[in-house]
Amino acid sequence: MYSFSFHRPKTLAEAASIQGGLEEPKLLGGGMTLVPTLKQRLARPSDLIDLSQIPELKGIRETAEGLEIGAFARHAEVAASDLVRRTIPALADLAGHIGDRQVRNLGTMGGSIANADPAADYPAAVLALKSTVKTDRREIDGDAFFTGMFETALEPAEIVAAVRYQRPGKAAYAKFRNPASRYAVVGVFVAVFGSEVRVAVTGAAGSVFRATELESALAADFRPEALEGITVQRDDLNADIHASADYRAHLVTVMAKRAVVACG
Amino acid sequence: MANPSGIGASVRRVEDARFLTGRGNYVDDINRPNQTHCILVRSPHAHARILGVDASEALQAPGVIAVFTGADMGADKVGSLPCGWQVHFKDGTPMKEPPHFPIACDRARYVGDIVAAVIAETRDQARDAAELVMVDYEELPAVASSLKALEPNAPIVHDEAPGNVCFDWHIGDAAVVDAAFAGAAHVAKLDLINNRLVPNPMEPRAAVGDYDASSGEHTLYTTSQNPHVIRLLMGAFVLGIPEHKLRVVAPDVGGGFGSKIFHYGEEAIVTWAARKLGRPVKWTSDRSEAFLSDAHGRDHVSHAEMAMDKDGNFLALRVSTIANMGSYLSTFAPSIPTYLYATLLAGQYKTPAIYAEVKAVFTNTAPVDAYRGAGRPEACYLIERMVDVAAGVTGIDRAELRRRNFIPVEAMPYLTPVALQYDSGDFAKNLDIALPMVDYAGFAARKADSARRGKLRGIGLSTYIEACGIAPSNIAGALGARAGLYESAEVRFHPTGSVTVFTGSHSHGQGHETTFAQIVADRFGIPIENVEIVHGDTSKIPFGMGTYGSRSLAVGGSALVKAMDKVERKAKKIAAHMLEAAETDIEVKDGRFTVAGTDKSLGIGDIALQAYIPHNFPLDELEPGLDEQAFYDPKNFTYPNGCHVCEVEIDRDTGVVEIVNFAAVDDFGHVINPMIVEGQVHGGLVQGIGQALYENCVYDEDSGQLITGSYMDYCMPRADNVPSFTVKYHEDQPCTHNPLGVKGCGEAGTIGASAAVINAVVDALSEYGVTHIDMPATPEKVWQILRQGSPAAMAAE
Repeated sequence: MYSFSFHRPKTLAEAASIQGGLEEPKLLGGGMTLVPTLKQRLARPSDLIDLSQIPELKGIRETAEGLEIGAFARHAEVAASDLVRRTIPALADLAGHIGDRQVRNLGTMGGSIANADPAADYPAAVLALKSTVKTDRREIDGDAFFTGMFETALEPAEIVAAVRYQRPGKAAYAKFRNPASRYAVVGVFVAVFGSEVRVAVTGAAGSVFRATELESALAADFRPEALEGITVQRDDLNADIHASADYRAHLVTVMAKRAVVACG
Repeated sequence: MANPSGIGASVRRVEDARFLTGRGNYVDDINRPNQTHCILVRSPHAHARILGVDASEALQAPGVIAVFTGADMGADKVGSLPCGWQVHFKDGTPMKEPPHFPIACDRARYVGDIVAAVIAETRDQARDAAELVMVDYEELPAVASSLKALEPNAPIVHDEAPGNVCFDWHIGDAAVVDAAFAGAAHVAKLDLINNRLVPNPMEPRAAVGDYDASSGEHTLYTTSQNPHVIRLLMGAFVLGIPEHKLRVVAPDVGGGFGSKIFHYGEEAIVTWAARKLGRPVKWTSDRSEAFLSDAHGRDHVSHAEMAMDKDGNFLALRVSTIANMGSYLSTFAPSIPTYLYATLLAGQYKTPAIYAEVKAVFTNTAPVDAYRGAGRPEACYLIERMVDVAAGVTGIDRAELRRRNFIPVEAMPYLTPVALQYDSGDFAKNLDIALPMVDYAGFAARKADSARRGKLRGIGLSTYIEACGIAPSNIAGALGARAGLYESAEVRFHPTGSVTVFTGSHSHGQGHETTFAQIVADRFGIPIENVEIVHGDTSKIPFGMGTYGSRSLAVGGSALVKAMDKVERKAKKIAAHMLEAAETDIEVKDGRFTVAGTDKSLGIGDIALQAYIPHNFPLDELEPGLDEQAFYDPKNFTYPNGCHVCEVEIDRDTGVVEIVNFAAVDDFGHVINPMIVEGQVHGGLVQGIGQALYENCVYDEDSGQLITGSYMDYCMPRADNVPSFTVKYHEDQPCTHNPLGVKGCGEAGTIGASAAVINAVVDALSEYGVTHIDMPATPEKVWQILRQGSPAAMAAE
């Protein structure tokens, strides 16, 4: 790890203003990606701004349409929250299966979506649950938040404050884990809002996406059999030593079917 | 009354309290006064000429004390890291043995090869400065795979080894095998890969070098399985330090699996630099460095053929193997794919003729050497896959084909056509115990049930035999070992009756502090609390060969028994003197010395006290003291053997293989501590399963970069990957040639498990026309087979 200056602001405004004069600041959430990166000397920020002491980033609240979850909500907190389990159980389930126990006790929702790892779980929920990302300065439509691999609509120094998720009629998340890293090789979040079906896919491509072929099939017939023979048609699917693009495409359909079954 | 802490008792491990409460003393816990820290600059290229190393900027960095290169060590006449085993070409010429200097001089030959050592006041300062060392590399074409290294225009790793061939060795009688094939009714053929693995002990390697200028004594603290071997190799061959001025300490060591047998360059660097600088030097590997630089395991490519008569009796086995040695010869590398592999190719079968040839190849990858099982898992995997293929060819049930070809128990001792003499083993009995454990007969019903749930189901067997307790020095020497393979022990009774045992074996997870103490407690009728086991420090223990090849109990335990025999003989003399009886009248039982036919007796504690207070000893006949040492050189290898059965279910949608049942039956001879043995079996099974389904070390073929350089990509098996194992052992076939009748249990699980798993996977996939799948059987690999569809189903369409 290279040396850096460490800041621990107490308010969102303070966190925003600190960044102004700094050379190359980095925001620190749970540190589940950033800290290993620093330890391997793959990043050299001048300053770390620890967001753990900012009350505005915390808490899980019920809203008229669903839930608002503070950016600093740890995965374990979301997984264990009675409110989340009652309101959007699929979201609690997703959070409860991120990484391992240690990761869930430290990792944060805001950190996950701001980092936009192609294999992260939360991005699938953001896309499937008609969400809105609240930052320190504006609101961003969840559908427009993820723009590429490790890329988002966030401006430099912009801080995710919370995400509002809409409560679906039913929803489920099914994930095929990388056997080594346990990240999602493919994760599929299926959510039903009345006649609308959303199918968000993470892990399979450079960035989370909605599988429109699967959405329309399920909108017409919400049964796993409706997905028989339908495969996502994309030329940007990931391929690595664990899974080829073909295999990932296949797994998207398999996981979508499992999510549909889990929707009940 | 049996001693509650004696042989056969599942005594809880006495070392665990220390380990579980963080009180272990590992090398990284050792800090010497005035210590410095070493960070190694490693080659980022798989193959490159080193045109120059510019350390000027690094030397200006804060806290930096020195930057050393291969030239600096060369100027001090530091030698090459020696290889401990010489193998020969078929024509009798010795293997190619290119030099392997601790710091590379002219060329870097793998990603991770050491190019410079930076030493600073703190680890972070050394790390910062290491980035400032400017190495001028001229990149050269690299070759990572053994098959590509053998191609005509492949890059040459060492000029000394034309065609990248280290040796081309063989064993057995080719003509007899050829004749048997000519008359065979059936021939089964198989091509298979034994995948390369990274050992991954929990504790990464570490070394601290220290030098005392007043005494001229060097001390190396290192994560080693055999400190005396390191002292001998490094002292005599690399640094030229005589043994009486070199102390090697291997304190608590957190696992090794073979990877900590070898003498590594880092050990020589810190020892040499400590004297150079007059200050202690510490190096601790991080996990990324461990992936790059620990010696890897396996990496064989083989072709095998089995000749059978019309009834499936094995007539001959022919094997051709290409073994990847990596970039340099690690300490025992040449012995692994030869004398620890090809000599095991008879397995449990009475195959009368066997011929094997092994070509060892240099590549631009980390050195490859022993990894848990070391050659024997490769042999077992090949044979047991071969037998399943043979069963397919002949149409004979897999269990029946094995039974038909087993060496019968009456044939023991049995000389195989590949030079080993098995002393004991009842292979049919192992099978008879194992099959009911998994309800082998009820498999068809379970398969039908799986099919109803949309899943494939398969069952697989493997039988294994391994040569452990390595081995008689005279045989090993005749086969090219440059070391003896005995073990030592000293049993020191103290005046008040407690005992310290000094053993040449080394415990790095095996629980010797418990089992060795049990042996002593059992012999002398004392509680194990009164016995201390000391290991791992060359200044305390007698010269010992350490722990590998499941040898500690069979060889080290036997040395302990021999030393206890001497103690008992001496104690008997003292008892005779004290009891005023003839020595021949003294009877000994459980540490009690009694004059035959009388109630006059003494306990070992009374005798020990008198031994050190010899007020009226006849000193011409009886020396004071009760402290005896013994060396034990075994008469033969020991031959643990057993049978594993694995049952799997495969998810047709994803290709995921789930192990739903796994049973292991082992013959380890006599068992000292059943709980520890069971733990060893469980750990071994998980490693074997890991190779079969998860672990795979992958280098990029063109660049020679390690792709699986972290746990993000290198898949270690975890608790949720394995079922609850069912394990049994029997003690009906004790080793016939060592005093405890023990065979060894450390590697057995790993040796047998991989074949059982893959045999089960292939069985499950057999309806798809599959006769073999290479390890690891990953979800995608299985899915690629499934997506092709079942030939039977396609025919029906």
